Amino acid sequence: MSYLEYNAKATPSGFRKILYLNWPLTLLLASVAGVGFLMLYSVAGGSFSPWAEPQFKRFLLGMGVMLVVGMVPIWFWRNISVVAYLISVALLLAVEFFGTVGMGAQRWIDIGFMRLQPSELMKITSVMLLAAYYDWLPPERSSRLIWVLLPLLMILFPTLLVLRQPDLGTSILLMAAGGGVMFLAGVHWAYFAAVIGAAVGLVSAVFQSRGTDWQLLKDYQYRRIDTFLDPSQDPLGAGYHITQSKIALGSGGWSGRGYMQGTQSRLNFLPEKHTDFIFTTLAEEFGFIGGLTLLSLYMLIIVFCVATALAAKDRFSSLVSLGVAITFFLFFAVNMSMVMGLAPVVGVPLPLVSYGGSAMLVLLAAFGLVQSANVHRPR
Amino acid sequence: MKRTPKDLEGAHRKLSRRALLLGGLQLGFAGGLAARMRYLQVDQADQFRLLAEENRINIRLLAPARGEVFDRNGKTLAHNSPSYRIIIVPEDADDVEAVIARLSKLIHLPAEDIERARTEMRRSPPFLPITLADQLTWEDISKVAVNAPALPGITPEVGLTRIYPQQSDFAHVVGYVGPVSDYDLSKLESPDPVLRIPRFQIGKVGFEAKREDVLRGTAGAKRVEVNATGRVMRELDRKEGQAGADMQLAVDAGLQNYAQARLGGESAAVVVVDCDTGDLRAIASAPSFDPNLFVRGISVADYSLLTEDPYRPLANKTVQGTYPPGSTFKMVVSLAALEEGLIGPEDTVWCPGYLEVSGRRFHCWKRAGHGHVDLNTSLKQSCDVYYYDLAIKVGIDKISAMANRMGLGVRHDLPMSAVASGLAPDRDWKARVRGQDWLVGDTVNVSIGQGFMLASPMQLAVMTARLATGRSVTPRLVKSIDGVEQPSGAGTSMGLNENNLRMVRRGMYSVSNDRRGTGYRSRIIAEGMRMGGKSGTSQVRNITAAERAAGVIRNKDLPWERRDHALYVCFAPFDKPKYAISVIVEHGGGGSTAAAPIARDVMLQALYDGTPPLSAYPKGDRSRIKAQQERLERERIERDTPQDSDRA
Repeated sequence: MSYLEYNAKATPSGFRKILYLNWPLTLLLASVAGVGFLMLYSVAGGSFSPWAEPQFKRFLLGMGVMLVVGMVPIWFWRNISVVAYLISVALLLAVEFFGTVGMGAQRWIDIGFMRLQPSELMKITSVMLLAAYYDWLPPERSSRLIWVLLPLLMILFPTLLVLRQPDLGTSILLMAAGGGVMFLAGVHWAYFAAVIGAAVGLVSAVFQSRGTDWQLLKDYQYRRIDTFLDPSQDPLGAGYHITQSKIALGSGGWSGRGYMQGTQSRLNFLPEKHTDFIFTTLAEEFGFIGGLTLLSLYMLIIVFCVATALAAKDRFSSLVSLGVAITFFLFFAVNMSMVMGLAPVVGVPLPLVSYGGSAMLVLLAAFGLVQSANVHRPR
Repeated sequence: MKRTPKDLEGAHRKLSRRALLLGGLQLGFAGGLAARMRYLQVDQADQFRLLAEENRINIRLLAPARGEVFDRNGKTLAHNSPSYRIIIVPEDADDVEAVIARLSKLIHLPAEDIERARTEMRRSPPFLPITLADQLTWEDISKVAVNAPALPGITPEVGLTRIYPQQSDFAHVVGYVGPVSDYDLSKLESPDPVLRIPRFQIGKVGFEAKREDVLRGTAGAKRVEVNATGRVMRELDRKEGQAGADMQLAVDAGLQNYAQARLGGESAAVVVVDCDTGDLRAIASAPSFDPNLFVRGISVADYSLLTEDPYRPLANKTVQGTYPPGSTFKMVVSLAALEEGLIGPEDTVWCPGYLEVSGRRFHCWKRAGHGHVDLNTSLKQSCDVYYYDLAIKVGIDKISAMANRMGLGVRHDLPMSAVASGLAPDRDWKARVRGQDWLVGDTVNVSIGQGFMLASPMQLAVMTARLATGRSVTPRLVKSIDGVEQPSGAGTSMGLNENNLRMVRRGMYSVSNDRRGTGYRSRIIAEGMRMGGKSGTSQVRNITAAERAAGVIRNKDLPWERRDHALYVCFAPFDKPKYAISVIVEHGGGGSTAAAPIARDVMLQALYDGTPPLSAYPKGDRSRIKAQQERLERERIERDTPQDSDRA
């Protein structure tokens, strides 16, 4: 009998649970989604279709899912973590074999009423599994090599599957979030130092070797890396988006051109204006103030998640809340860096704002876990 | 697994520590993002706002190259050649009027063009380019390019324009293209975006219009970056369009050219059908016009010259003109009677010069009458009374049905403008359209191709080809599309009794080769090339009682527009028909005198595939023919010398 279940009697039950939901977090999520509806309405040229309306419906559905997940005891979620993880892996494999090819990559599986992206689901179930793993593992063993390799496998297997789709953005998110949870669980510094050191060493070796006799990659592979790192070398492809995105952002100025007044984002030169590049529209129409406001809302969401984690009395609740926070952070940090020309374009949406069903539903379900941790904290 | 509270306490503290550390890192990163955002949106705002204004991305459609048109031997009938034009983007010109004024000092700008551009500018958004001047020479374009700094918003452009090297020869067949008009757009449900390209040319008339679907091709697109003055800074990417399909017509440009020249100044038409394939070897309508005038935009003066001409140069008389076929219809009536078994070759009719039908007297063209007339004589001498009598026996419905089988009164689907179906009337038609009962007098009129009967020269040529072969020859204008051969129009046997056909053909042979035949003077004497023919003279007026009382007025004493139409149909060689020809000379008088010589000359030209030897002509005609051949040759040389050297 674990510590958590021992204290089960002290947790709220029945409809009283509603009172213990993290209401500020819920309101923050709703306001970020509200920004999304505004922008989708604007991007469609002042119309609810084709994006704002379905997005709103999915948001309502997602909120329902979040509340249901939040009402279910957190130990239930811990107990099904392994199953949830295995289902996600199975779905990823299914996509590998039966998936629909969309946008040049194989990501979706058609389940009738909607198209599911198992890689989205994977982001949250891998965090759940790692949290459950470290909840089970005695803390003093967490730095032993064998107990480090096991979670590493749990992260790398789905990452490789996602990378095969190919979906670089999600792979990076999976790895970073997994690494984050391992770090929080108390794995020794040295491991992270070693991995980072090895990565830096490898990258520098690859670049140092360029043009020498022992060149590690083929020339064309180097050229690809070049354009990936510096998109301005490929002005018709990736660089084109970044340049136009920066221009749209910059022309927004301090307070923006006004709602529905953005010219740059309306010229249709950004093919993903309603998904990955939606931040440019926001920044152009509401300026620096608008962009900063959204960033602040995001950070407040992180703060409330961290607060829930710190207040939690068991490792699973803490780790899962922090894992969700890290995933969420990575989403918007990568997206914004990409849009502002700080990172290569890898295809990560702006969470809760970009148009897209799977991501929204999975994120809100993940926040349901945070809610559940909050509700079922022994008081 | 046992855990001591102390362990957990330690682990929890470690977790909190690391959570706060990670949270701090996140906050720091967010701060970095905010700083970057501030840098882009506040510090660099002016620069980016400028870029946003300057750095506009335009998508411009690329006009596809229009499919070219060739004759059956590969001679070009319509092709594309580069043309220089000047476009203006009003938004970038600041003061449009000043720019136009400066431009018109440099190059000649017709007032008409400027006015048209002004109207276009008023109607379209200021950032859309508008064509100011078209079809400019290279010198003009250079002048504009040199003075570009003083002409904001002005861009010289190179485009393609349609050229018809055969000029007036194919004006009616190929037709012409012109810029898309509002009227063209209004006719279309969802216009192809390519039509919005300024000055995009689409087929307006004739083949160009009818096969617009395959000739046009599909548009490409290029993405360009334009600067604040609208000048294209660089091209970002480009997707070429798909050029239209090249078309090969069945027409022989050489023969067409000869036919057009031979018709000369008459208001006339000639159609040559290949009996083996249905190919329209020549399909000429005179007078004609230069389609290039329309491509460039015809002036009001030139246009009214064409519309006011009583000879109607714009009309394509070969397919859209319908005429009473006159006596050329008599083969159809005889064939209908033969197929019904109503007459034999020896049966005769007494022609006293008229036939009395229900109290009205119908005259034969020969007042004195032909005496005893059998089938062969009736065709040879074109006795009308024989056919009055025959038609009444056969009845209008049988005649009309036979006419339809011969391709009269039915529409041949050709890709040309306003293809007429003509009319082979029957009882139903009169009841439906006129609301009247069919009278026996109507049958009598139809029997000699008058009355309600109407046919186009193309239909008459098809009729002749069907008589000559016994097959349902259908006319074919397009030989191949992009190298793909189109189905032949050879047709299949019509199931007519070969003996009956032979009797009719014998009659046609006599017309051309018997001393007393109406077409004898325009015969061919080269062995193996002899013709079968039939003349026709169709009235365009009713002879009033007053006129009759005053005596028949001779045609040449009448004003032109009231004279009879002259027709002639023929096929040759008689034993193995290769070509069927029909000729009509509007208000030309008698078919045997005005139309038959033309038909014979065109036939020989077709049979010899060039200028025929004089030995093919009857001896008495040769000196006259020689002079005519020389005259036509001179005219052709004059026409062939390029007159369009003034165009760049």
